[in-house]
Parts: sequence; structure tokens; C-alpha cells
Amino acid sequence: MSDIAISIRGVTQRFGEEGSEGSVLALDNVSLDIRRGEFVCLLGPSGCGKSTLLNIVGGLFKPTEGSCTVDGRLVDGAPHPDKIAFVFQESTLFPWYTVIENFHIALKFQGIPRTEWDDRAMAALRAVGMASFARHYPEQLSVGMRQRVNMARGICVGTDILLMDEPFAALDEQTRMVLGEDLSQLLAATGKTIVFVTHSLAEAVFLSDRIAVMTARPGKIKTIIDVAEQHPRSPDFMLETRFSELRNECYALLRDEIRATVAAQRDPQFAGA
Amino acid sequence: MEGSSFAARSIQLSFVAIVGGAWYLASETGSVSRLFLPPPREVHAALSRLVETQAFWSAVLVTLTTIAKAFAMAVVAGIVVGYLVTRSKLLIKVIEPILSGMFTIPITLFLPMFILFFGIGTGSKVAYGATYAFFPIVLNTIAAFSKAEERYLRAARSMGANAWQQFRHVLLPGAMPVLITGLRIGFFICFASVLGGETISSVAGVGRNIALAAELMEPARMYAWILFVILTSVTLNMVVHSIENRVRSR
Repeated sequence: MSDIAISIRGVTQRFGEEGSEGSVLALDNVSLDIRRGEFVCLLGPSGCGKSTLLNIVGGLFKPTEGSCTVDGRLVDGAPHPDKIAFVFQESTLFPWYTVIENFHIALKFQGIPRTEWDDRAMAALRAVGMASFARHYPEQLSVGMRQRVNMARGICVGTDILLMDEPFAALDEQTRMVLGEDLSQLLAATGKTIVFVTHSLAEAVFLSDRIAVMTARPGKIKTIIDVAEQHPRSPDFMLETRFSELRNECYALLRDEIRATVAAQRDPQFAGA
Repeated sequence: MEGSSFAARSIQLSFVAIVGGAWYLASETGSVSRLFLPPPREVHAALSRLVETQAFWSAVLVTLTTIAKAFAMAVVAGIVVGYLVTRSKLLIKVIEPILSGMFTIPITLFLPMFILFFGIGTGSKVAYGATYAFFPIVLNTIAAFSKAEERYLRAARSMGANAWQQFRHVLLPGAMPVLITGLRIGFFICFASVLGGETISSVAGVGRNIALAAELMEPARMYAWILFVILTSVTLNMVVHSIENRVRSR
């Protein structure tokens, strides 16, 4: 088996007909290889197409041009639930099902036999310390607890690859940090390949093996930054000089892109230029 | 919670007692003519006599069957049409305003046409009740399915849910609360329009008997029928509410 888990080749995504009004070039010829067991962050200004890229990798839709392979298998605009699981924001827990039913339904969709549902769900809930809330409805939990459950739901299906789309965006900073540590620990234990979309610099540096810094729209990969630090990472990592240097490096790279995004929002003409 | 629900119940029961008391006083003291409002004991006596007759129960059966048929037709048509409309954003934009516009027309105006088309028998009342109940059901079905949240569908799709599973486990439970509201409103509109239709023009059923008692100047008998309808409607309302709560708590 090759060392590469995900291979993105020349992916271009355009929304709307080329040349027509309102047509948007979201991604422009993006290529990236992600190694097995690696944690890669897609970091970029809002609207740069990082979520779009994640959705293409996950097969939620087909790119205008280019292709993406997972374990050598072409993704081609269809989900591969045996290989890839998504973790979205915590608000994607189904509110009409209890916590345990949310796991059951995910396992059912994934085609896992019913006899395994309870064991796998409870194991995942225990891993995030939420086992005693199995019979609660999501609305009865705090936002932080919901996101623990949601992460565990993504992990319990047992795929090698986890795609996380700004999972902590709705959380306050303190909860974010705690969940980030939890995630780093879970990773070290499971050895999953993770692609994580964020616009938080600290989150990107704390979690990633590599950070793909993206440009303003149309999204391209500007630079890739290596973070040579073993998982699981402790909060002490954040106090090291190296952490702030990397964070500053990311910020310096992003600053022009953020300015370009803000300018484009201010003046619609700019987007077409 | 317990205390406030007890207080609410007491106020509700007092309201019923006050209405009953006012009825008693107004009729027994003779301040309102017996022809317009007979005293409670006379109505009670009339009702006791009524429920012992075969004719009473066959009239009730006619009306309940009519309501059941009309409601079943409205539910099937309303949910199917409503769901199909929500499959396209353009259809919602075009059809929804037409349907909600039609719902504001008093369909009662067309009752003579229903009788012309479907006859004086129960057929016209089934069609009339079904037409009236169709609108709240179809409108709520459209509202229920068109507000389905993209993020849940995306999550389900990413987990490999097929089209049926997406409907059964995401769309339907998400739509259920609003859908149930439509069914409840539709049911009571159906109930009211069937009885209304029977009262205005028919040959059988509860409504027909109310109209007949009024024409024959038998107010006690008429109020006995009305009292029976009120009790039925209160009971049905409680049943429907408990069904609704059970579905919502899922």
C-alpha cells in the first residue's frame, strides 16, 4: 500500500457557468498529497474555498476539473463512507434522535451490522467521557458536550480518514482548547488521517503536522508549513517560542489574503479583476 | 411546573362552570325565552332520550364516517401534493402563493356547487370537507419539508445514507412537528365543515338533525345535539393533542 492516503490533483471548482454573471471561481488548480496518519489543516480567509475542497475530497460533489483519489480509489462525487467520515459543526447531530440513536443511525447509514451498533457507540462515547449521556437528546447538552458527542460519532464509524469542517467554530475559546487537546490525544491513539478546515491560527498550529495556507478566492495553496511536533500534544506546546513563531509565520502569510478578501467584499468589481 | 398547570386547570374548569352557571341562571329565571335557550335540565333530559334511540347512533355514524372519509382524502392529497411541490424551489415559489390564496376564499360559498356535483347525500359533504381540510394540510406540508435543513442532509449523505434513508431518518423527522400541526388544523376544519355542510343542506347526519330540530321548534332537542357535538369535539381535541405530544417528544 502506498504511503499516500489522499491525493488531490489539479482540482478546480467553478460555481455557475463560466463567464455568466455571478459565476465564482472557488478553487483554482489545487494539488495536494496527504500521507497516511497525517493531520493536515487547510487554513485560509473565509470564502477561500477550503470547505469546498474538503467536500470534494469527501465526495459530496464533483469538481469542475481535476480529480481526487482516496487510497488510490477515485472519489468522483460520491461519498465513500467505508473510507471517509465527516465531522461538521456540532449542530449536525440530529435533534430528533438521542445521543445513542445518533450513533446508531450513523452506523446504519454506513452499512454496519446492527449487532455492533451498541458496542461501538458506547466505546466511542466512553472515549470522549460522554457515556452517561447516551439517552439524552442533543438539546439537553451544552455546546461543548454536543461537539464531544459529534466528534465521537465521526470516530465510531471507524474510517481511516476523518474530514473535519470547522468543527469547533461555534465553541468558545476555552472549550475549543480543551477539545483540541482531546482530539490530539484521540489521534495519537487511533492513527487516523485527518484533514481539518479552520480559520483559527492557533488551532492550526496546535493540531497540525502540516498546514496548507490558502490564498483568497480563487483558492490556491500558497505555502505548506511543517509543524514538527509529536502527538499527543500538551498545552505546554502553546507556550513554546516555536509555537508563536509558527503562528506568526501563518499570520504573515495570511495577512495579505485576508486584506484581499475584505477588499473584495467591499468592492464587487474587485472579485472579477 | 406542577403548581402552574394545576392553576391553569382550575381557571379552565372555572370558565366552564361560569358558562354553565350563566346558562342556568339566564334560562331558569326566565330572563331569556325558553324558545331560544331552554334550561340545562331540559337539554339533559332531551339528550338522555336521544342516546337511547337507534336514529341517534345511526346519524352519528353517518357523520363520523363522512368526516373520516373526507379527512383521509385530504391527508393523502395534501401530503402527496405538498411533498412533491417541495422537490423544486421554483414549484414552491409558484404553487405555494396560489394555494395560500385559495385557502383565504370561503369555500362555503361553493357548497351549492358541491351538492350539484355530488348530490344531496354524504358524497357532497365528503368532497366539501376534504377540499376545506386539504389547504391547511398541503400548506403545512410545504412549510414542513421546505425548511428541511441542508446541514442534516449533507451529514447524512456523507455517512452514506441512500435516498430512502435520507427521507425516513432526516427529512421526515425534521418535518414532523409542522406536518402534525397541519394535520391537526386540517382535522378540525374537516370536522367543522362536514357538520356545517350537513346543517345547511343534507338528508342525514348530526348536522341534519340539528337543523331539523330547529325547524320543528324543538330547542331542547337541538341543544342536546349541539351539546353532544361539543363533548365529541372536546374529546377529539384531547385525543389529537396527546397524539401530537407523543409524536413531538420523539
